Amino acid sequence: MKLNGAQIFVESLKKEGVKVIFGLPGGVVLKIFDVLYDYKDPEVILTRHEQGAMHMAEGYAKATGKAGVVLVTSGPGMTNTVTGLADASMDSVPLVVFTGQVSTSLIGNDAFQEADNVGISRPCTKYNYLVKDVNDLAQTIKEAFYIATTGRPGPVLVDIPKDVSMNQTEFNYPEKVYIRGYNPTYEGHKWQIKQAAEAILKAKRPILYVGGGTVFSNAFEELREFAEMTQIPVDMTLMALGSFPGTHPLSLGMLGMHGSYTSNMAIHHSDLIIAVGSRFDDRVTGKVSEFAPHAKIIHIDIDPTSIQKIMNVDIPIVGDVKCVLKELNQHLRASLDGRRKEELKPWWNQLEEWKKKNPLTYKQNKDQKIKPPYLIDRLYELTHDQNPIVSTDVGQHQMWAAQFFKLDHPRTWLTSGGLGTMGFGFPAALGAQRAFPGRLVLSIVGDGSFQMNLQEMATAMDYHLPVKVAIVNNGYHGMVRQWQDLFYNSRYSSSFLGQHPDYVKLADAYGAVGLRATKPEEVDGVIKEALKIDKPVLIDFQVDPYENCYPMIPAGGANNEMIMEDPPELRKKEKDKAGMKKAGNGEKEGVLTA
Amino acid sequence: MEHIISVMVENKFGVLSRVAGLFSGRGFNIDSLSVGPTIDPTVSMMTLVTRGDDRIVEQIIKQLNKLIDVIKVIDLSEGAFVARETVLIKISAKGEDRAEALRITDIFRARVVDSTPATYTIEVTGDTNKIEAIINLLKPLGIKDLVRTGRIAIAREEIKTAVQDKPQDKKRFGT
Ligand SMILES: Cc1ncc(C[n+]2csc(CCOP(=O)(O)OP(=O)(O)O)c2C)c(N)n1
Ligand SMILES: [Mg+2]
Repeated sequence: MKLNGAQIFVESLKKEGVKVIFGLPGGVVLKIFDVLYDYKDPEVILTRHEQGAMHMAEGYAKATGKAGVVLVTSGPGMTNTVTGLADASMDSVPLVVFTGQVSTSLIGNDAFQEADNVGISRPCTKYNYLVKDVNDLAQTIKEAFYIATTGRPGPVLVDIPKDVSMNQTEFNYPEKVYIRGYNPTYEGHKWQIKQAAEAILKAKRPILYVGGGTVFSNAFEELREFAEMTQIPVDMTLMALGSFPGTHPLSLGMLGMHGSYTSNMAIHHSDLIIAVGSRFDDRVTGKVSEFAPHAKIIHIDIDPTSIQKIMNVDIPIVGDVKCVLKELNQHLRASLDGRRKEELKPWWNQLEEWKKKNPLTYKQNKDQKIKPPYLIDRLYELTHDQNPIVSTDVGQHQMWAAQFFKLDHPRTWLTSGGLGTMGFGFPAALGAQRAFPGRLVLSIVGDGSFQMNLQEMATAMDYHLPVKVAIVNNGYHGMVRQWQDLFYNSRYSSSFLGQHPDYVKLADAYGAVGLRATKPEEVDGVIKEALKIDKPVLIDFQVDPYENCYPMIPAGGANNEMIMEDPPELRKKEKDKAGMKKAGNGEKEGVLTA
Repeated sequence: MEHIISVMVENKFGVLSRVAGLFSGRGFNIDSLSVGPTIDPTVSMMTLVTRGDDRIVEQIIKQLNKLIDVIKVIDLSEGAFVARETVLIKISAKGEDRAEALRITDIFRARVVDSTPATYTIEVTGDTNKIEAIINLLKPLGIKDLVRTGRIAIAREEIKTAVQDKPQDKKRFGT
């Protein structure tokens, strides 16, 4: 039987097991939306902005490991997806994004709502297609899902002209794909793995430097076995949080610009770095020429271009993290004995000393405004037993969440790392909530970031996605203000946001629930109240506007040169500004070791 | 150091812009690029001339390999190879200059492929040295126009790496 392109599109998605499509219609994709109207599965989630659809699909993909699917129209529909495409490229998120295109006969004529979708998206996709003939549609969709989800995952865009969605052909969904130029390497090189095992057994100050690749390859068990067997401490990147239990005694927490003191000191002084699915990003290495000066490097990554790009690597292993760790574990299991723990004792003594010297900590006095890390700590304490999925936006609140919200489970952390996309957090949480309707999904957002995609409140209401949004409301682009404090003499050029909108009224306007806390003692109460409500909840946490996030490695600094607190000059200035009283009695100190 | 890289690609639209976009997007140098069909109609061959230190050239090769439409990448500079370029040079040639132009053409085993009362168009094929040399000699006569193909190159011995071996490329192991 012959089907038209729109029917082929939907049937192909069914073959791929797609349950949800995030999207927004327009002229050239109306045929496809018309066909979708008859289907319950896949379900279309109508978003209020295409960028919202993209981040929802990313949240869905990160939480499930499956490809997120987006369908938008040509021209502005497509251009609104660009931020999401770039974000997904940087953070290796599997997406298949379908964009409408003007009819093939009009392409190139500056037709109404025409854009060069393939040209615009080329540098921010893993691959992209323009389908010029309905006979190629099924094959293209098959390839798109295959490319998006295999190797190093990433976004794939498929551009479908209007006439292609209307034309008819026989529907045959291919069983297999073969792309001769695309053969990701999964198994690591045996000899290299053997070399790595030997180096690991000899190292005196080894460190695991774990990245997002560990999450995508589902290597949690292998990583845990590896770390426990070898007793090697674990540093995680922002993207890796949750891939190794944050509360595990071997975890040193996050490393990098706002990483824990111990994690950064550990990598700086190590003699062997085992980089697993990480890519030596500049937010991790700081000044490359001074990064880990004494260390040999083993680098395991599925993407050959990540290896030897920034650092000279001694033992490169191209392969899937899970496969390689499995094999490495086999080698080590055969050669490890009880002595190893003894041998690493001096290293662990050193690490414990660092932990004691500078634990991750905050001070919250009850007369003070809410300190953001206190807020995150309370969110953590009151929800972690429910194993929530946590999303963040970009800025100070993101770094505090990374520091203080300890995640013990993989795929529970949704954050924009490589691109640092403000506005990511809220829609990403909605996507994850759609994937896991029964689970607690927390979205820790900045007041600046949240306002970039708050229109999706309507989507949350429409589809009953009861995400709990904690707005860390400091009235500033806080991270910008922090840099201005430290490097621009506290000249707050364009970083002040003030207190609009009234988030409680905003929630109300959408039919959601708005709550507010302005004092530390109110924090627990509103969190508990929010958790009881089966609706989207916006909580306006009005926090200390001048709190800065530490430790901090200034851009271009070395990892052992962390700033641990506000410089004295600044401390005085800020106290004056905040009009805060001297720390009095009732001071509550939270000390979290990491 | 200069590297000549052969890139075997799918003969599809958009492939050239993927390769060119890779170089511009990542700030790699590209001295010349030539593309043509091969005996297999589904495959085109690109010859790229680029420069950079070892780390950069390694990245270039890996990034090219990563492109899905790239089937095989060979850094010809790692072995013996033959490289050629063709140039068409239109010079003004009047009076006594005509004889001088022909003499130079002869010495370089070049050919006059077109002639008008006031010009000669000369075709030369050779390596970079030869081409630079003839251009320098013709300059005093007045070069009106010049078009170069960019270099194409081929390995002297049969390259062992088979097409399917893309992921086995030794550069990927850094060994
Ligand atoms: C789309 C986008 N624009 C600009 C920036 C630059 N930027 C980084 S953090 C930040 C401030 C974020 O403010 P907010 O969301 O309130 O978070 P806070 O730092 O206050 O916690 C800005 C403007 C960005 N990352 N993304
Ligand atoms: Mg803010």
